[in-house]
Amino acid sequence: MALLDIQDLAVRFQTNDGTVSAVNGVTFKVYEGDTLAIVGESGSGKSQTAFAAIGLLARNGHATGSVKWDGQEILNLPEAKLNKIRSSEIAMIFQDPMTSLNPFMKVSDQMEEVLTLHRGMSRKQARAECVRMLDAVRIPDAAARITMYPHEFSGGMRQRIMIAMSLLCRPRLLIADEPTTALDVTVQAQIMDLLRDIKDEFNTAMILITHDLGIVAGACERTMVMYGGRIMERGPTSEIFASPTHPYTRGLLDAVPRLDRKEDVLPTIPGEPPDMLRGFGGCPFQPRCPLADDLCKTQPPALERISDVRVRACHRSPEEVA
Amino acid sequence: MILSRKKAQDLETADIGAAIEGRSLWADARIRFFKNKAAVTGLVILVLVGLFAAFGQYLTPWSNEEVDWGVLGQVDTMGRPSFESKHYFGTDDLGRDLFARTVQGTQISLMVGLIGALIAVVVGTVYGATAGYYGGRIDNVMMRIVDVMLSIPYMFVLILLLVIFGRSVLMLFVGIGLISWLDMARIARGQTLSIKNKEFVEAAHAIGVRPGTIIRRHIVPNLAGVVIVYSTLLVPSMIIFESFISFLGLGVQEPNTSWGALISEGAKQMQYGTLWMLLFPLFFFVITLFAFFFVGDGLRDALDPKDR
Amino acid sequence: MLSFIIRRLAVAIPTLLILVVFSYLIMYAAPGGPFDAERTLPPEVMANLNAKYGLDQPLIVQMWNYVVNVVVHFDFGPSYLYKDQTVNDIINQGFPVTLTYGFWSFVVATIVGMTLGITAAVYHNSWLDYLAVGISIGAQVLPNFVMAPILVLVFTLWLGWLPGGGWQGGQWEYIIMPVIALSTSFMASIARLTRSSMLEVLNANYIRTARAKGLPMRRVIFRHALKPALLPVVSYLGPAFVAMITGSVVIDMYFSTGGIGIFFVNSALNRDYSVIMGITILTGALTILFNLVVDILYACIDPKIRY
Repeated sequence: MALLDIQDLAVRFQTNDGTVSAVNGVTFKVYEGDTLAIVGESGSGKSQTAFAAIGLLARNGHATGSVKWDGQEILNLPEAKLNKIRSSEIAMIFQDPMTSLNPFMKVSDQMEEVLTLHRGMSRKQARAECVRMLDAVRIPDAAARITMYPHEFSGGMRQRIMIAMSLLCRPRLLIADEPTTALDVTVQAQIMDLLRDIKDEFNTAMILITHDLGIVAGACERTMVMYGGRIMERGPTSEIFASPTHPYTRGLLDAVPRLDRKEDVLPTIPGEPPDMLRGFGGCPFQPRCPLADDLCKTQPPALERISDVRVRACHRSPEEVA
Repeated sequence: MILSRKKAQDLETADIGAAIEGRSLWADARIRFFKNKAAVTGLVILVLVGLFAAFGQYLTPWSNEEVDWGVLGQVDTMGRPSFESKHYFGTDDLGRDLFARTVQGTQISLMVGLIGALIAVVVGTVYGATAGYYGGRIDNVMMRIVDVMLSIPYMFVLILLLVIFGRSVLMLFVGIGLISWLDMARIARGQTLSIKNKEFVEAAHAIGVRPGTIIRRHIVPNLAGVVIVYSTLLVPSMIIFESFISFLGLGVQEPNTSWGALISEGAKQMQYGTLWMLLFPLFFFVITLFAFFFVGDGLRDALDPKDR
Repeated sequence: MLSFIIRRLAVAIPTLLILVVFSYLIMYAAPGGPFDAERTLPPEVMANLNAKYGLDQPLIVQMWNYVVNVVVHFDFGPSYLYKDQTVNDIINQGFPVTLTYGFWSFVVATIVGMTLGITAAVYHNSWLDYLAVGISIGAQVLPNFVMAPILVLVFTLWLGWLPGGGWQGGQWEYIIMPVIALSTSFMASIARLTRSSMLEVLNANYIRTARAKGLPMRRVIFRHALKPALLPVVSYLGPAFVAMITGSVVIDMYFSTGGIGIFFVNSALNRDYSVIMGITILTGALTILFNLVVDILYACIDPKIRY
């Protein structure tokens, strides 16, 4: 059975300028020990999908559809019930380690409360466990530094602390929302290495949300590409990279700089991400798609299964795209 | 990929975002402001109070000075608000028409509020922007002075000034002007500092725009929002300030009056059952302050789209 | 920490000196002395009086003597108006009264204001929010000189529950109305300030982290959001304190509570220099001291501030 089973998830935000449809008809599963990358540019709805799943949407947001955790429906569950799952079963780390830790509290206080709350540990036990976890994410001299405030750590260190904090309860699923975006390139690699090690060590399933195809290749077994709040295609990472079946994936892959090809100009996908306020009758990618025709303008393509492991949503045939 | 160069160029030049009109920040703000019911109500009230102050005197045969001898001595019965005696708001304890006095008090209070706020805005903005723009030691010294002045119990100093140099509206303006610009200066400085370091100012520097043009085209427009919002909220605090002084009997002098003086007189008389003396000026005082606060809040929400 | 306090004091002391010198100069420049009202006095008596109070000496000497007396002996000199009292007597008499109702006003304004603000922010856009915002907007247009007559009208004239004035050694029924009148508008400001800063903090990323950790909302608010949300409120306490001291003038006039406010107004109207100066300097010193406390409090809350 799937750990996380999301069916036909939709997220709407009420704003002063009208309703924004951030996520539409998103369906996927995550299995025990699975690693899934959700890839897409800003505004593709990838983060909101994750937030909706564990009830962290902004106040003006509303989610419909179904999210099952371990067979139990958890979408729109009351906060008190969700709190039992959060961090103890599904943990999350966020994009910006600079602002994701509370600057007014010591790291020790922020970490210990997870264990005293979910595991009923005493402060002393919790402290020992937190130090052990900080050691595990390779924070030097953890026992002494745990009583420092977040601003006394560097960005990469803070992300390590976030990761350590998220793992305290040995969650079965870790959702990493752009964990390396705000970091320097060298630190990015260290954090990705760390996440890979952690995954093996704790056998945690992971959803990695990113716009950076470069970090997906080595880290995730499966990849799901999103655009305009919809799934474009999904499949094993190796297959997606080798033979994309969607014009958008194709465009994304072409835009990754490569050392083995000599090019003067890096190809880009022309146009801009869609304005989610206006909504669209057809395929969200159609205004920027080189293969679009009249059908694409009027009818959104349905998600179709093309093999055991691959699905795609495009009116053009895979051969046309390739 | 079968993306031909030609097709790519077509897509590149196609006006994908054509349906999105460019709305200027100010037009956007105006739309948001007029969507805000409380703010629009406030604006309407302010216009009405303004009209009352400007033209109210033409509606009554009484002036604010003349005593209705027929009422004197029995104000609590004869001086009631009535249309027959043409004392729409009744009379005060000396038999003077309260409508005319309220009109006159409104004029003074609004004038003090507006001029006081104007002094504060001009002095404060110039001072704060200067400190913020030059930074360094100049900034340090200038803001230290503001800090020192802020920790002086200013109302006592103002009362002192009024007592020693005599009460007059001019002295009131001087006193209020001396004190009220301090907060404005701090706000303007903070804003200037943050704007000065913004990328678009650096970009303008980098492409060789002259400092004068940068201040005019980049800094001032970005300062304007905060200054407008703050000055809208400054007017009511100036009105409260003046009313406070007048309540103590140190403000405007007879036969002139203001809301604070009228409220004070009304409060002294209320145990004799002549409540209208308190309630009419109080009503104008309260709705005007309400209106200013609503308009100020509306402007802030409109000009600061962070909260959307 | 100690050096932080010392540095703060290094600014505070010159500020106080400037205040002393400034008010002394205004006094000195003022037309008319304290004995001008008694015009019939023969010149010899006038000279004697001036000599007795040291008014015949050059400005700089007078000022020096005054500063030395104040700083070294904590002696503000004799009062010109209240002939048999010194300024110290007047301060001893009025100050405890002002401090009593001032303290309670401060407590009420802060606690009620913060509670309203936090409630409104936590239940944003619910009826509780609208109620709290309504109360604080309503209270904002009710400064002390408006609240005082309204309270007397309702509780003394109509309901007859509370006495309309007096102090009686500070019995509770004499304290209630001064406290409410003085605190209402500050309560409103504190509530609005708390609400908006709390709303901003609740949108911060670290609050999302706290929620993702599965903490109950109560803990998120009180352990994670309260400290940062109260920072702007703490820095408002300084100005609020000054404004409350100022408001004591109205309270003492309207409720006849006998605090320093009434002495100040009477002295100002009668050109009683020494009392005016004494009260101005004392309140100035208190303000500066209070601001120092606020700064220290601020530094305690915000770990990023280095002393």
